[in-house]
Amino acid sequence: MLSSPTVRTSLIFLAIALVGLLFADIAITASNPWRDLGNFFLGIVTPNFFSSEGLMTALLRTVAFAFVGVALGGVAGFLLALVYRSLPVRMFCAFIRAIHELFWALIFLQFFGFHPLTGVLAIAIPYAGIFAKVYSEILEEADPEPGRALPPGTGIVSAFLYTRIPDCWVKMRTYTAYRLECGLRSSAILGFVGLPTLGFYLEASFSQGLYSDAGAMLILFYILIATMPLWVRPKLLPVYILGAPFFLGEGLPIVWGNVQRFFTEDIVPAPLRNGEGLAGLTPWLNDLMINEAMPGIWNTIVLTQIALVATGIISLLAFPLISNHFGGPLRRNAGHVALVIARSTPEYILAYILLQLWGPSMLPAVVALALHNGGIIGHLIGRQTSSIKLRPDAPSGLNRYGWELVPRVYRSFLAFLFYRWEIIMRETAILGILGIYTLGFYVDSAIQNIRFDRAMVLILVTALLNIGVDTLGRYIRRKLALQTMPTC
Amino acid sequence: MALNLIRKLVVSSLFCVTAVTASAETFVFTAIPDEDETKLVERFRGVADYLSEQLDVDVRYIPVKSYAAAVSAFRNNQVQLAWFGGLSGVQARRLVPGSEAIAQGVEDEAFETYFIANTNTAIEPAAKFSDLETPLKGKTFTFGSKGSTSGRLMPEFYVRDTFGAKPEDFFSRVGFSGNHTRTLRLVEAGTYGVGALNFQVWEKELSDGNIDTDAVQVIWKTPAYPDYQWTIRGDVDKRFGEGFKQRVTEALLNLDNPELLESFPRSGFIPASNDDYEPIRKTAEEIGILD
Repeated sequence: MLSSPTVRTSLIFLAIALVGLLFADIAITASNPWRDLGNFFLGIVTPNFFSSEGLMTALLRTVAFAFVGVALGGVAGFLLALVYRSLPVRMFCAFIRAIHELFWALIFLQFFGFHPLTGVLAIAIPYAGIFAKVYSEILEEADPEPGRALPPGTGIVSAFLYTRIPDCWVKMRTYTAYRLECGLRSSAILGFVGLPTLGFYLEASFSQGLYSDAGAMLILFYILIATMPLWVRPKLLPVYILGAPFFLGEGLPIVWGNVQRFFTEDIVPAPLRNGEGLAGLTPWLNDLMINEAMPGIWNTIVLTQIALVATGIISLLAFPLISNHFGGPLRRNAGHVALVIARSTPEYILAYILLQLWGPSMLPAVVALALHNGGIIGHLIGRQTSSIKLRPDAPSGLNRYGWELVPRVYRSFLAFLFYRWEIIMRETAILGILGIYTLGFYVDSAIQNIRFDRAMVLILVTALLNIGVDTLGRYIRRKLALQTMPTC
Repeated sequence: MALNLIRKLVVSSLFCVTAVTASAETFVFTAIPDEDETKLVERFRGVADYLSEQLDVDVRYIPVKSYAAAVSAFRNNQVQLAWFGGLSGVQARRLVPGSEAIAQGVEDEAFETYFIANTNTAIEPAAKFSDLETPLKGKTFTFGSKGSTSGRLMPEFYVRDTFGAKPEDFFSRVGFSGNHTRTLRLVEAGTYGVGALNFQVWEKELSDGNIDTDAVQVIWKTPAYPDYQWTIRGDVDKRFGEGFKQRVTEALLNLDNPELLESFPRSGFIPASNDDYEPIRKTAEEIGILD
C-alpha cells in the first residue's frame, strides 16, 4: 500500500498535520462550553422571527448584493476568460482571487465607506478572478470538432458563439448557478464588517447571546439557499439582475477625494510618506515582517494544514451519509439535510459561533473549516459513489466502505481536497479577524490602528501565500494525475 | 439565448453603478461600538431625534462594526459628528485637520478602567497594581476592542508600565473581546480569567443587577484619565450654515433628558477641547499604537 503515491502523499500530509498539532493552540477555554452550545441549539429550535425590524430588509440586501456582485463578476470573468491564455491576465486573475471578499470589503470601506459599491465590488472582484479561471477551463474543454465543420471565412465571433458556446453552455450555467450560492454566503458575511446584510444582524444577536434571534436568521438563510432551485429560474434571472441594484440600500455618498487620498497617501509606507526615503523603509519593513507577517504566516500555515486533514477525515466519514450503498431513504434524507446545513453555513459564521461558545483558540477554526469543507467534499463524493454499481455479492457494512467504495473514490477525493487547499488557506487567513492569530488578525489590527500601509503589505503577503499554495496544489494534482472539477 | 443573457447582464451592471443616488444634506453621526448594539441603537436614535429637533436638519445615526470604521467614516466625511473614545478621538482629529472635540461627559474628565477577575482565579483586589504581579502572571486576559481607550490603551499601558512586559508575554493568552459588555460576560463566564473594561459600563450593569458578583469582581482601578467626547468636523459650518458647529455644541451641552443621559450613562455634557486629550495621545505613542 505504501508504494501507492496517493497513499504516500496522504500520509505525508497527515504527518504534517500531526506535527502542526504540537505547535497549534488547541483548547476549549470557555468554562461551560456545553451549556452555551445547548443554549445555542435551544435558540435554533425556538427561533424568533420578529426580533429585528431590519431582518427582512437584511435578507433582501443579502440577495441583492449577491446578484449584483456575481453578475458583475461573471461578465468580467467571462471577458477575462477569453484572453486567459495571456500570462499577465492569468497572473492578474490569480492575484485578485487570492484576496478574500472580506479583505476587499475592508479595503473599499476605507474610501467608498458605507456605499453599496463597497459590497458589490468586494464580491465582484475576487469572483471575476475565479470565473475567469473556471470559464476558461470549460471553454478549453469544448469539442473542437464543430468548429472544423464551419465554412471558410466564418468570423471569429460567429464561430465562437455558434460552436464553442453551445457546447459549454450547460456547464457554464451550472457553475454560475453554483457561484450564485457562494455569492449568497459571501454577501451574508460582509455584514460582519458593517454592510447591511444578514451578517450584520447575526453578529449583533450572537454577541448579545440572543440565540433565538440568531437561530431565526440562520434558518431563514438555510431556507433561502435550499429553495434556490425554486426561485432562481432562467426566465426570472433578468428580472432579478435588473432589480437587484435597486435593493442595495442607499448607504452614504462616496466622496471621491477619499479614493485619491487612499491611493496616494494612506497606502504609501509611512517612512516614504514622512520623507525618510528608502533608508527608513528597510527597518519599517523588517519590523512588519518579523513581528507581524512571520507569526501570521506561521499560524496560517499550521491552521491550514490541520484543517485540511480534518476536512479530509470529515469528508470520508460524511459521504456514506448520502451514499445509496448504505442505509435506507430516511437515513439518507437526514444525511442530505445535515450536509446541506454543513456546507450552506459559511465557515466564517461557523467559526464565529464556535468561538463564542468555546472561547478563543485554533480549535473552533479547525472544526468550522472541516465541517464546511468536509460537507462540500462529502456531498460530492457521496453523489459519486451512488453511481457506482457493486456486484450483487459485494460485502456490506464496514467492508463495503473500506474495501469497495473508498478505494474507488479515493483519487477524486484527493483531487477535491487539494483543490480546496487554497480555499481553506484563504479562509484561514480571514478567520484572524475573529481573534485567531493568523494573517487576518494582523491585517485587522493594522486597520484598527488606521495603518493602511501596513494592512496592504500584509494583504499582499496573504495573497502571495495563497498563490503559492494554489501552485503547489496544482503541482501535486498533476503529479498524482488527479482529475479535478471546479467547486466553490 | 446566451447572447441575450449576456446583453442583459451588461445592461444591468451599468445600472448598478448609476442607480445609487446621494442623499441630500443630512447631518450624519456615528459612535464607536463599545457596547451591545441594541443599547447603542436605542441610545443614539434618541440622540438623533433630539439633535434633529434642536438643529432643524435631518439627523441620522449610522451604526458601525468597529472603532476604525467610525474613525474612517468621520475622516471620509460620511459622518460629520461622532461619539469617540479618547484614543479614537485622537486618531480622528489627527486625520481631519480642523476637527474639534466639542463636548465630553461629566464623567469623562476623570475616567477609569477596571481590571476584573473571575472569582475562580482567587485573585484578591489590591490597591497597588504592582501587588498583583504574581497573581496575574500567566493568567488569561481579555481587552475590549483593539481601538478602545479604556479597554485596550490604558490597561496595556499599565501592564507594560508596572510589569515591564508586553501583555502577550505577561499573560498566557490575550484576547480582544470586541466591546466592554462582552469583556464583562467573558470574564464572568470564566472564558478569560481576567479582563479590563470601562468603569461606567461596569457600574451601570452592576446597578441594573446584570452582574453575578459571586463570579466576577473588580481587582484594581486605574488612575483617572480623559475619555469619551463628541468630535465634530471643521467644515460643518460651510456645509450646514454659519454657526452650525456652535449650535451642535450648545445642543449637546444642553441635553438634559434624564433617560437619554442615563443610557450613556452620563450625568450631563460639559465643554471639551482637543488639548484635553494630550495625555491620551502621549500614552498611545508610548505603546506604539500611534506613530
